[in-house]
Amino acid sequence: MSTSLPPHLRRLEAESIHIIREVVAETRNPVMLYSIGKDSSVMLHVAMKAFHPAKPPFPLLHVDTTWKFREMIAFRDETVRRLGLDLIVHINEDGVKRGISPVASGSQVHTQVMKTEALRQALDKGGWDAAFGGARRDEEKSRAKERIFSHRSAAHAWDPRNQRPELWRLFNTRMRDGESMRVFPLSNWTELDVWEYVQAEAIPVVPLYFSKVRPVVERSGALIMLDDERLPLEPGETPRHLRVRFRTLGCYPLTGAVESDAETLDDIIAEMRASTTSERQGRLIDSDEAGSMEKKKREGYF
Amino acid sequence: MNEALRISALPTLRLLTCGSVDDGKSTLIGRLLYEKKLIFDDQLSALERDSKKFGTTEDDIDFALLVDGLEAEREQGITIDVAYRYFATSERSFIVADTPGHEQYTRNMATGASNADLAIVLVDARKGLLTQTHRHSIIASLLGIRHIVLAVNKIDLVGYDEKTFRDIVIAYRKFAEPLGFRSLFAIPLSARYGDNVSAPSARTPWYQGAHLMDYLERVEVEDDRRAAPFRLPVQWINRPHLDFRGVAGTVASGRIAKGDPIVVAASGRATTVAEIFVADERTESAEAGDAVTLTLADELDIARGDVLSHPDSRPEVADQFTANVIWMSAEPMLPGRSYLMKIGTRTVPASITELKHRLDVNNFDKLAAKRLDLNEVGFCNFATTMPVAYDAYADNRDTGSFILIDRLTNATAGAGMIAHGLRRATNVHRQGLTVTREGHARLKHQKPAILWFTGLSGAGKSTIANLVEAKLHARGVHTALLDGDNVRHGLNKDLGFTAADRVENIRRVGEVAKLMTDAGLIVLCSFISPFRSERQLVRDTAAAGEFIEIFVDTPLETAMARDPKGLYKKALAGEIKNFTGVDQAYEPPDAPELVLLSGEASAEALADRVIAELEERGMIMRL
Repeated sequence: MSTSLPPHLRRLEAESIHIIREVVAETRNPVMLYSIGKDSSVMLHVAMKAFHPAKPPFPLLHVDTTWKFREMIAFRDETVRRLGLDLIVHINEDGVKRGISPVASGSQVHTQVMKTEALRQALDKGGWDAAFGGARRDEEKSRAKERIFSHRSAAHAWDPRNQRPELWRLFNTRMRDGESMRVFPLSNWTELDVWEYVQAEAIPVVPLYFSKVRPVVERSGALIMLDDERLPLEPGETPRHLRVRFRTLGCYPLTGAVESDAETLDDIIAEMRASTTSERQGRLIDSDEAGSMEKKKREGYF
Repeated sequence: MNEALRISALPTLRLLTCGSVDDGKSTLIGRLLYEKKLIFDDQLSALERDSKKFGTTEDDIDFALLVDGLEAEREQGITIDVAYRYFATSERSFIVADTPGHEQYTRNMATGASNADLAIVLVDARKGLLTQTHRHSIIASLLGIRHIVLAVNKIDLVGYDEKTFRDIVIAYRKFAEPLGFRSLFAIPLSARYGDNVSAPSARTPWYQGAHLMDYLERVEVEDDRRAAPFRLPVQWINRPHLDFRGVAGTVASGRIAKGDPIVVAASGRATTVAEIFVADERTESAEAGDAVTLTLADELDIARGDVLSHPDSRPEVADQFTANVIWMSAEPMLPGRSYLMKIGTRTVPASITELKHRLDVNNFDKLAAKRLDLNEVGFCNFATTMPVAYDAYADNRDTGSFILIDRLTNATAGAGMIAHGLRRATNVHRQGLTVTREGHARLKHQKPAILWFTGLSGAGKSTIANLVEAKLHARGVHTALLDGDNVRHGLNKDLGFTAADRVENIRRVGEVAKLMTDAGLIVLCSFISPFRSERQLVRDTAAAGEFIEIFVDTPLETAMARDPKGLYKKALAGEIKNFTGVDQAYEPPDAPELVLLSGEASAEALADRVIAELEERGMIMRL
């Protein structure tokens, strides 16, 4: 319940609701990017509150790379059914035909084709002029500098040097035909805020966040879970069964697990407070080089 | 409550760091995070790697690289954009806006200040107070920050000298006296070596005060918003079905409870609050900062942009007021030009009717000015096309602030803080007229219109306009012709050809043309009118559908070759300044009602095209 939240979460929730309502009031055709993770779960939960007793007046969009964990897809379908929402799933069919995969093509090409290009295709096809995303500023350095209302050109490109100043709660939503906004209602939340909110509001999240014995192999220092038979073992590699969980979720061959005994939200929050690594450490696609997220965003990545 | 929740339940402190370039703002934040063990291992190893590649601190870790996130920033070793940092200690959580010191990014500093309660002003102990120190302190004050930490940094580089510190503090206190800060806390520190950052330094035994972290964890920045009168700018009307009509928005200030009487500020209509939802939870009351949905006892006409308040403490409602403006666009601010003003949840066309003065942010001098350039601060009179509800910024940061949006580029061009309303707006009411504009038009059996001919000097505007007027006259249509050269001999003889004067020239002509259409006339206006925004302003002034923009499109070379008055020759020789097409730009219309390609047909034929267009639009009868 909103009024029994600790003051800092009550403010964060109110700020996010304000942002979401502002988009619905001022843009023509908004959509919410739903990526199934904890941040998306929180964003969706806040959106449900923002329009109560009505439903959010926009659909959800999931850009499916076809390499998500199976539990993520099951959770997605269950969430949509439970809340009675519209979900649009977009897959870059051209990429599928070309046989693009994180195994065969490597993380960079896979991300470029199945995420960035797929997202651009989906947004162009839907004619959406505003897309909500669950990114937070504490995740990554270039995100720390991005606006809550992030203006994109007709080619979906982000120009970090020419961002509109964002003062008070006054968001400039004006754009020309073909241009769009990426809007980040959770900009000011931290990873800890997200988990505290999940706990306080009893929001369902994908079970992969909780520790369990899972089959994994170690590659480039990351623990990769064998989610299905599509990930071939390298010579001499044998799966190990470890107690692991995920701090962040993406394509399973590109997402590193952490060894953990955290089986409940209390455990996760306690573990986080003691943690000495950032959550994106498990994301193989970020660590190519320091500016890699900024580069991807300039090309239209969320 | 479990431990995690208890710790972060303390009030969040929103602060920003500012000061001149190279004073060590980013280094200080990096050092704070590092000392509080708030940098993760993987971030630290990336930082060590980056320090070797981009660092400016020899073999030490360069903490600035931790916060300078954009590639251009890392390459150039400067902070370009405001970055937000989030961290929590066992005492409190913090949101830090790290803002650029370079003068060309001052607008970003104002952005960081707009949501901050406290500012850390960094001063390099070797250099003392600099222009940026003054500028940023004034901007912080203008934006309503009331608590300042004066951090005298790089104290190691002056040998931890007490006198240097004291002198800077004395100078700053003197400078800051008129800025209205409620608290000023001065501290000597070294961000690079950590002196007085999160522990008292043995190297400054003469300093007995709190170290920085200790101070930040304990400082009280009272939240005035809850005690202020109730304001709810309406964001969205929630109407899922016929039985529910909710008014949604974020409470800007004050408190509201079930059964409280409320009024809509602009219309004065009143009712009481039936139900309150904070987010999706039905409650008895709500307060500043809550995102609410209210249902009301009576069905009132309420829409986005309205402001709800208690009947006994209402906001001002006016269409003219004064405000301090920080200009944020490379395009200068010109009085008379029309901008979109977003104030609360309301967006209205607005223009600056007078630039009272520009503020020299080094010494508070009020300077005469005709325009504001990027990063300049000015005090202006504003006029909006409809009355808006507002409070003085000093009383309410939410209902007293606005942004100005460039109508062509959609850029956020300026940020304003309202000082007070103008009496002339509150007391000068429009006189209701007995004979209406419809009455005038009916008597003449015609529809009034403004035919606006725009194009380069020598394009043929006046020639064509003359022919059109003759043809209309021959059909018995009542007309008037306003010509650029002619009005400059009378109505506008006090104006020159600078961008600011051109704006005023067109504004006056637009008003005169509007009065003539009120009298039922078809008004032909022949003006170069090089700027899109002023033509838009006249279009906005005119009644709907009565503004016909006619673009007389002639290549510059053709116009130069014609040069009927020998003006291009003089302009090219440098004898005339600000000549359109030579040293001042012409902005062609995006979507004119009619384009005349003047090289392709005779003036006579082009005039017939105009007549045909008017027939087409039903503005005159077909013969």
